[in-house]
Amino acid sequence: MQALDAWKTRPPRNPAAWLVAAAKRRAIDRLRKGGARGRRMIPLDEALPLQDVPTSDDDMDEIPDERLKLIFTCCHPALPLEAQIALTLHTLGRLSTAEIARAFLVSPAAMAQRLARARSKIRDAGIPYRVPPADLMGERLTAVLAVLYLIFNEGYTATEGNRLVRADLCEEAIRLCRLIAARLPDDAPEVKGLLALMLLHHSRRSARVDSDGDLVTLEEQDRSLWDEALIEEGSALLHDALSRRAPGPYQIQAAISALHAEAASAEATDWAQIAALYGVLAEMTPSPIVEVNRAVAVAMAEGPRAGLRLLMRLHDALSDYYPFHAARADLLRRANEAEAAADAYDRAIRLCQNALERAHLERRRALLGG
Amino acid sequence: MQYMLLIYGDPNRQSTEAEMQGYFDFTKVVRQRGAFISGEPLHPITSATSIRTAGGSRGLVTDGPFAETHEVLGGFYILECKDLDETIGYARMINAIDDSTVEIRPVMDFAMEKVTPGG
Repeated sequence: MQALDAWKTRPPRNPAAWLVAAAKRRAIDRLRKGGARGRRMIPLDEALPLQDVPTSDDDMDEIPDERLKLIFTCCHPALPLEAQIALTLHTLGRLSTAEIARAFLVSPAAMAQRLARARSKIRDAGIPYRVPPADLMGERLTAVLAVLYLIFNEGYTATEGNRLVRADLCEEAIRLCRLIAARLPDDAPEVKGLLALMLLHHSRRSARVDSDGDLVTLEEQDRSLWDEALIEEGSALLHDALSRRAPGPYQIQAAISALHAEAASAEATDWAQIAALYGVLAEMTPSPIVEVNRAVAVAMAEGPRAGLRLLMRLHDALSDYYPFHAARADLLRRANEAEAAADAYDRAIRLCQNALERAHLERRRALLGG
Repeated sequence: MQYMLLIYGDPNRQSTEAEMQGYFDFTKVVRQRGAFISGEPLHPITSATSIRTAGGSRGLVTDGPFAETHEVLGGFYILECKDLDETIGYARMINAIDDSTVEIRPVMDFAMEKVTPGG
């Protein structure tokens, strides 16, 4: 309690060290408690690893295990998801509270409060500071990867605002995923799968926005701008992950991204295989959004009408989801149904919150006339 | 740390023999591990009485629980656990007995707060 009160008046300069210190204090409390009541003495060796509390970011980098413990603490499922994201970025990332607040469109005061609440929950609820034991590793790792992927996606297509890509968020997610991939002792192919996925996506960052700052679709991107080093690294990671023969959603998505990366042009892309991979993904993680992507891939492989037939089944589930209407508009355009395409573009434009994406849809809409 | 595990379930469902046995076994396990502080089942929600303040009057006595919910408190444990993860492990054992929802609440310890050095 006193640590929280102290924090309220004097925010910690180094939040990571603060968390470590708070966990250490709890360990000491437990030791005292055990002694005072003669019940459940906590073995010393359990409390001792927390004694060398790092004090600066540089120190933290030299103690990778501490960073790994921090990630698992920040992404504990007992914390609300938005707090997990904020805490991970603030504790392990290099962004300030104000920058994180800006990225998630809340005021710095609201973000500071969200962080403070999460910290007091960590302490008061006794969320452990450690790399989870084997029996919890699977579920906890899934939670960590989900947070990193959300951070990356928020950076990749900022949901609102005037910038399409927030490279800082993407790079933070990649950096943290690298850290986990390098330090996690057992082989967890989904970690490498996610890292591969993020690297392959990120390799296109320079091609996704043109010199006027406008969005360029995958189909129209100048592929010479793709970052070959990232593609190579991502593909190698994916290859390694897939060789473990334990495919998961991140590996499948990375495989889709790798097929795009390998293709010399949109036409030369192996759309049939991409459609099949989306089918596998839909079985692993059923979602109408995956179905939209599958429909687009099917359209590219077999023609727009095949894709439109698949999209039709999703209308009720996705009538408020702008990418659904954008995909439908694009397929209608390819099927030379200009009027229906224009209607679909109009709906997508009304629903889209990102200014750049909206501008792109408006340009497409304008080309149709009407 | 001490945690209270509040067990919520469907008030219209009678516990089966196997479920009762499940709770006996669970209690045995937490006793054997030295985690058990206390724990009791509660009489059905129809036996509940609430005292509240309403319309400016204090101490009003009414029948029934304080709030209408479809899941009602049916029992509790107070356990001494190392951390939240250990407590979640116990809560999952309870959940597995009869699909009850288990709310975990850390118990405040004023005695400890006083001897903990600040900062």
